[in-house]
Amino acid sequence: MKLTGAQALIKSLEMESVEVIFGLPGGCILPAYDPLLDSPIRHILVRHEQGAGHMAEGYAHVTGRPGVAMVTSGPAATNMVTPLCDAYMDSVPMVAITGQVGRPFIGTDAFQECDTVGITRSVTKHNELVMDPDELPLIIRQAFHLATTGRPGPVLVDVPKDILQAELDWWWPTDADLAASLPGYKPTTKGHPRMIKEAARLIAAAERPVIYAGGGILKARAAEALKELAEATGIPVVTTLMARGAFPDDHPLCLGMPGMHGNYTAITAMQQSDLLIALGTRFDDRVTGRVGAFAPDAKVVHVDIDPAELNKIRKPDVPIVGDCRQVITEIVRALRQLDGADDAPPTPDRTPWRSRISGWQERYPLHYDPQVEGDALKPQMVMETLRDSAPEETILVSGVGQHQMWASQFWKFNHPYTWVNSGGLGTMGFSVPAAIGAKVGRPDRTVWAVDGDGCFQMTAQELATAASERIPVKVAILNNAYLGMVRQWQEMFYEERYSEVYLSPDLPDYVKWAEAMGCVGIRVEHPEEVQPAIDKANSIDDRPVVIDFRTDASEKVFPMVPAGASNDEVVVHPSQAPGGERVVQ
Amino acid sequence: MAGRATHQTLSVLVENRSGVLARVSSLFARRGYNIISLAVAPTDDPAFSRITIVIDIETTSVEQITKQLFKLVNVVKITELDPADSVERELLLATVNAAGDNRSQVVELVDLFNGKIEDVGYDTLTVMLAGEPARLDDLEELLRPYGITDLQRTGRVALPRLERQAPRLRNVTGKAS
Repeated sequence: MKLTGAQALIKSLEMESVEVIFGLPGGCILPAYDPLLDSPIRHILVRHEQGAGHMAEGYAHVTGRPGVAMVTSGPAATNMVTPLCDAYMDSVPMVAITGQVGRPFIGTDAFQECDTVGITRSVTKHNELVMDPDELPLIIRQAFHLATTGRPGPVLVDVPKDILQAELDWWWPTDADLAASLPGYKPTTKGHPRMIKEAARLIAAAERPVIYAGGGILKARAAEALKELAEATGIPVVTTLMARGAFPDDHPLCLGMPGMHGNYTAITAMQQSDLLIALGTRFDDRVTGRVGAFAPDAKVVHVDIDPAELNKIRKPDVPIVGDCRQVITEIVRALRQLDGADDAPPTPDRTPWRSRISGWQERYPLHYDPQVEGDALKPQMVMETLRDSAPEETILVSGVGQHQMWASQFWKFNHPYTWVNSGGLGTMGFSVPAAIGAKVGRPDRTVWAVDGDGCFQMTAQELATAASERIPVKVAILNNAYLGMVRQWQEMFYEERYSEVYLSPDLPDYVKWAEAMGCVGIRVEHPEEVQPAIDKANSIDDRPVVIDFRTDASEKVFPMVPAGASNDEVVVHPSQAPGGERVVQ
Repeated sequence: MAGRATHQTLSVLVENRSGVLARVSSLFARRGYNIISLAVAPTDDPAFSRITIVIDIETTSVEQITKQLFKLVNVVKITELDPADSVERELLLATVNAAGDNRSQVVELVDLFNGKIEDVGYDTLTVMLAGEPARLDDLEELLRPYGITDLQRTGRVALPRLERQAPRLRNVTGKAS
């Protein structure tokens, strides 16, 4: 069967069971948009290519399936760099297809030409420039395989215009063709049996163990396995920013989020543990604080599918390369075999550890000054009201900054895949497009985007996409008229010298802006309006809703471990440490 | 320079595709690893190339470099070559001032090293030596007093040393994958 490259591209996407493409056409990718008209694949026309990339990410976060973005060459490809880097940092499976100038024009500085594979090399798991139309189906199949196996990540395929116009004999590569075409790609999924036994022995013998669960738990669909491990051993679990929801917040063993803005108990339990069971996580600097002082007495069992993460930051005592779900299941089995065996280590008494943990929980819960009537809204109160009014399994999406930390701190994530955010790259403007992608992936769920006023202004135009495509996301802007996190740092570390952080609460007028984009816009200035506004937003299901919450700019995110400090030096809320001094263990 | 613990040679078998060298070199640049020398050429199988990289392991662990390299999809195999267990060779070309009496001394010196005179100018000579990198260092040092006007070295290439004993059955149970 003869097909054009464009037809083969769309057919290849159909073969990969793609149901939706987020994209924006232009010169070089134009041929691919014609067969799209005859395809069952839904296309969502974005307003900016960055939006397409973040939508693909949001879709992938909540469905576990690769998000697909398709844009043209040159500026469209460079606009895709941020979402690719974001997806690379957070291991999000994503396939980006970019148009490229025709092969004869490559290297001539042709109109809308850029070196897309060169530019995106360091922000993709892999990328490929198609130079032979016959290879197109194979390269697409490779892209989906690479994006979704091993450590997931973004893959970019750059397709010259003349390849899309050329003819080829249609073929679809078999599994054997695929394997033969990737001789150097064999991710290890099964953990080493001896290491698994060794891990079980350390776990059984530990007096102060903590499970340090990362985003890899979600990527490996390992939330159930994690729960089994925690419950079988009674070991408390911290969930990193990328792992919120991987272990239910309402579980008695859940300690919540560790790290720079984690809660006191999660930070301190890790810091004082004698065994960290690190699962699908990478000892990020925002978690460890000063690495040299991080969890000094802890032995480390480190499980990750990416061998390069083992011993990158912290040398593990037991390194295990493998898929988290498989390895955790094997560890649970090894623990059961060890239980009562002759050579089992003596069972430690973990009662003192448990009581220390509950002591910290009682003494240093998350805290903010209560809302006073007539005062500006407390952003934390808005978050709590939003949380308490949200339907079960609501998906929460956030941007980056103070609102992101409050969202992670104050929401109760009781289900996996209900939290979407930009962790590694910290991409402001992530939330609106990512929420749209999430809602496309899970139309049955309520999707709330929590955003800052700074973030919202970066990508808000995608609400026009949402309105025209009937994607009813809800956006809560915590509008404190500042780049809030930067303001917090300037207040705390730059003697309150505020430099270029003020944005104004009224410019733009968020309600008018929302309405101009076909959304419902609501402004909330007084505490008593918060609940009715949220109820109204939750009741609207035919268009997007934006609520402009006017929040208190002086609110800061606590606790905080200042950058470069040890996790022994947690700055808690001033009311928990009179005088505002650091709590040093 | 050769054989010190600050360096390590990696023999990296890669798919022979366009852009693979750029992937390898941009990985080194992006992660701040230092390359001391790099040589690349196709292997006996034209589908694969071998990149021989000498890396600085004072600032970064060889383990991390190897693991990051192996994440490149086009990297098929990486062998860490210990200088003691590998054959390492390099080629040097040098143009040396060799006017008057110096000419015969340079010729003699190159001859002692089993090198060759590859080009003869009015008062200069271009000499060539292929061999162990340490021998190249020695010749370079001895030529320097005469005045080296141009110097080009290829960077080393290496292969593991061969088994000298006849193969015998070995117990391989319990071997890691």
